Amino acid sequence: MAKYTTEISLHDSGSPNPDFGPGSSPFVLARMEELVNWARRNSLWPLTFGLACCAIEMMASAATRFDLSRFGSEVFRASPRQADVMIVAGRVSTKMAPVLRQIYDQMPNPKWVISMGACASTGGVYNNYAILQGVDQIVPVDVYVPGCPPSPDALIYGIIKLQEKIKAQGSGKVIELGPLFQRPATNPVPGSK
Amino acid sequence: MGFLSGVKDSADKIKDSADGAKAIATGFAITFRHYAEQQLKLKPSLTIQYPEERREQYPRTRWRHALTRYENGLEKCIGCSLCAGACPARCINVVAADNTDENRVSPGERYASTYEINMLRCIFCGYCQDACPTGAIVLRKDFELASYTRADNLYTKEMLLEPSLSSLAEPGK
Repeated sequence: MAKYTTEISLHDSGSPNPDFGPGSSPFVLARMEELVNWARRNSLWPLTFGLACCAIEMMASAATRFDLSRFGSEVFRASPRQADVMIVAGRVSTKMAPVLRQIYDQMPNPKWVISMGACASTGGVYNNYAILQGVDQIVPVDVYVPGCPPSPDALIYGIIKLQEKIKAQGSGKVIELGPLFQRPATNPVPGSK
Repeated sequence: MGFLSGVKDSADKIKDSADGAKAIATGFAITFRHYAEQQLKLKPSLTIQYPEERREQYPRTRWRHALTRYENGLEKCIGCSLCAGACPARCINVVAADNTDENRVSPGERYASTYEINMLRCIFCGYCQDACPTGAIVLRKDFELASYTRADNLYTKEMLLEPSLSSLAEPGK
């Protein structure tokens, strides 16, 4: 029986267009990969990184009315060692930035980042020296959720988008990416000829 | 005497165990009652099963922008950039161009040749809607805006503009 020894490719948002599919995939067993992705996307434990008013909506999404536990994400962890996804909820000041980066580095792989709200994504109205103009300057962001703050259902939609992204990892399916990140013509989709 | 005290100890232990079991049963009775109420739908569930069912948004909810048209298909936007001036986050970019008789886009002198909104920077305050003299830009209730890249959330005029009634009637055009 084939032993599953290949290293599971770690997600890296810095290269948003990984080579999916059997032609370029480092995986031996495709079904195993699907199983791993299934387990990963249905137990996304968030790290509480509430920095401002967005955190209130993040808490509300975990409460009864929206109930984030329907997606396996109810276990908000204060320890980065036990978290899978960091929900950056609120404006990140330049003083907070090294702290946020350190906590991101302390999270075990695989890890994902959701940038929640206008301030975390771009700085929002705080276009000044004190606020980081987008958390993607220090950590790779997987899903951007606009809104000021995003309502709980908007955040849940972002988490569903992240689940779809995890589902597409290594399975040969290509998720919808932005126009700037289209697959280059020299690197065709495997199997499509 | 030793035998009697041993019996008394055993009786105390049994009584403690029975009390503990009773306390656990009392506690779990509440849990099971709520479980049964939810399973048998005796009480309405508080949870909104979001992707399958949507909650009704409040009447003044402000989410995704839309550029509207007049009934004859002309765009309402006249490219005056008042929305960009009113925007506290500076997330709107309007470039105006002159209307001509051959290419009439809006009723006024000018129209917006470029209309971009950075949805990630937008705080959905609705000031653009208040500032608009023709009621061209409105904020609808579509909240599902999350995206994988930052560039995806730069909404262009083509994405914001609502289709005209004639194009809806004839999808081929």
